[in-house]
Amino acid sequence: MTENEAVVKPPPSDIGILGWLRKNLFNTWYNSLLTIVTIFFLWKSIPPFIKWAFFDAAWFSPPKVCRQIDGACWSVITKNIRFILFGFYPYEQQWRPLIAMLILFALLYYSKERSHWNKRLFYYWLVGLAVMGILMKGGIFGLPSVESTKWGGLPLTLLLSVFGLTAAYPLGVILALGRRSKMPAIKTLCVLYIELIRGVPLISLLFMGSIIFPLFLPEGITISKILRAQVAIILFTAAYIAEVVRGGLQAIPKGQYEAAASLGLNYYLTMRLIILPQALRIVIPPTVSVLISAFKDTSLVVIIALYDVLKTTQTVLSDPQWMGFSREAYIFLAILYFLGCFSMSQFSRKLEKELDTGR
Amino acid sequence: MTDKLGEPIVEIIDLHKWFGNFHVLKGINLKVYRQERIVICGPSGSGKSTLIRCINRLEEHQKGKIIVDGIELTSNIKNIEKIRSEVGMVFQHFNLFPHLTVLENLTLGPIWVRKMPKKEAEEIAMHFLEKVHIADQAHKYPGQLSGGQQQRVAIARSLCMSPKIMLFDEPTSALDPEMIKEVLDVMIELAQEGMTMIVVTHEMGFAKKVAHRVLFMDGGTIVEGNTPEEFFSNPKHERTKLFLSQILH
Repeated sequence: MTENEAVVKPPPSDIGILGWLRKNLFNTWYNSLLTIVTIFFLWKSIPPFIKWAFFDAAWFSPPKVCRQIDGACWSVITKNIRFILFGFYPYEQQWRPLIAMLILFALLYYSKERSHWNKRLFYYWLVGLAVMGILMKGGIFGLPSVESTKWGGLPLTLLLSVFGLTAAYPLGVILALGRRSKMPAIKTLCVLYIELIRGVPLISLLFMGSIIFPLFLPEGITISKILRAQVAIILFTAAYIAEVVRGGLQAIPKGQYEAAASLGLNYYLTMRLIILPQALRIVIPPTVSVLISAFKDTSLVVIIALYDVLKTTQTVLSDPQWMGFSREAYIFLAILYFLGCFSMSQFSRKLEKELDTGR
Repeated sequence: MTDKLGEPIVEIIDLHKWFGNFHVLKGINLKVYRQERIVICGPSGSGKSTLIRCINRLEEHQKGKIIVDGIELTSNIKNIEKIRSEVGMVFQHFNLFPHLTVLENLTLGPIWVRKMPKKEAEEIAMHFLEKVHIADQAHKYPGQLSGGQQQRVAIARSLCMSPKIMLFDEPTSALDPEMIKEVLDVMIELAQEGMTMIVVTHEMGFAKKVAHRVLFMDGGTIVEGNTPEEFFSNPKHERTKLFLSQILH
C-alpha cells in the first residue's frame, strides 16, 4: 500500500465492545428482548447456585451438621471419597489403585503428543500396563493378593473404558475393512457380526456375558466377571466403530486406490499407508462420539453388580447417614465423567488440526 | 517404426473387454517397442483410457493377451504387482496422496515397494523433483500446489520407480490452459530422454512434436495408426478425418 492511499476504517459503531454488543445482542427489538430475558434468568439462577455450591456449603462436616445448613453438603463426597473412588478394595491397600491410576494418567498424557508416537511409547505402555496389573492384582513382591471381585470405583471405570476403547478401535477398523472385502465369506461374516451386535442393546450383551456365557464353560473354569464385561463392551463398541470407519473408507476417491496400485503397492500397504490414514482422519469427529458414548456406557455394568464409580456413589447414598445428598454426589460424578469426555473431545480437535493438510 | 528395436515391451493381442454387456474394446492389437512414443486419440467413449488402464490392469480384460516386458497379465496378483511397479501411470486428476508431503509422495513407492533406504529414496526424489522444476515445493502438501504443479509431482512420483514405460491418461485435461504448457514441457523433456510412453491426449501439438505413432480409436477399435506426419496430413479413414476436422478447428 502506498502512503497516499487512505486507510479506510470501518464505521466506529462496528468496532469495540459497544459496537459488538449493538451488532450481536441489541440489533433488533426482539433480539434486545431476548437478551434482557436471558440476562434476567441468568441473574435468577447463577448467583443462588454459587451461593448454594460455595458460600453456604459444608465441605468436611459430619452429616448431622449438613442437615442444618442451606448450602451443598460436599462432605458426602469428601467423607466417602475413598469408597467412591476405590469401592471394596482393601482400605489399607488403596494406595495401589491410586498409583496405578496415576501411571495411567501419565501415560495417557504423554501419548497425547504425536511426536511421542514411536516404539519407545509402545514399550512405556507395556511396562506401565505390567506395573498397573501387578499393583492391582498383587500376589508378588510382597503385595497381598487382591481378587478382581474386590476391584471397584474409578479404577474399574477406567479399566473398562481405556481397554474397551483401545481394543474396540482396531477391531472396528478390521471389521470395516472386512465388510468392504471382495471375499464373500469374510464380507458376510463381518456384516453378520456388525448387524447382530448393533441389533441388541449393550445391557443384553452384558447380561449374556455375565449369566448365560458361564453356562457354556466347562466345569471348574471361571472367567472373571470384569473380563466378561470388558469383552462385551469391546465387541459392542467395535461394531459401531466399524460402521463409522466404513463411512470414512467410502469417502476416499477411487483414484487413491488406483494411484497406490499403479505404484505396485499391495492391498495391505495400500490400506496402511494410503487409505486408512485418510479415512480415519475424516471420521475423527464421529469416532470420538462413539468413544465418548462408550465411555459413558461403561456405567451400565452396575446392572451385573460390578462396582464402578457410579455404583459406589449410589452405595454411599443408600447409607441412611448420607441419604438425601444425591444432588451433590451426582454433580461430582457428572464432573468426573465430563472431565473424561471433554479431554477426549479436546484431544480429537487437536488431532484434527494437526492432521489437516489443506486438502 | 519398424521391428528393428527388437522385442516389444508391450504386446497386446486381440484384446476384448466388456463393462457388463457393453463391449468397450473390440479386438485390439498393438505392439509398443522400447523407446517408442505413442499418442492415442479419439472421441470420448472410444475406449482409449480403458485400453491403457488394461496395460497395468487397473481394468481387467476378459479376452486376449497382454504381455508387458515378457510377463503375461493374468489374475496372478504377484505378477500384477510386479508389472505395476515397472509401469508408471499419470492420471487425469493427478491422484496425489493428500495426507503426505510432496517428498513423501515420491519416496513411498521406492521405500515400500523397492525396499530402498529412506535416504537414498529421498535423494532420488529430489533429483526427479528438480527435473520437473519443482524441488522448492518438496515439503508442501499437494493441496497447497496448483494443478500444473500437482501433475508434475505426479510425473516425478512415477519416475521415482524408474519405470520401463510410462502411461499418461489425459494428463492435461483437468488443467487450466496456462498450466498445460508446463506439464507438456516436462513430458517433452521426458520424451527427448528416450522414455517409452503411451499418451492418451488431445494435445495434437504434443503428438506432432514427440510421437512416433499416432493411433486413432473409435468404438473400441484402433481405426488407424500412422506417423504423425502421415496421420495429420493424410488421414485414411472418414472417421479420422471428421475427428481431426473437429479437434484442429
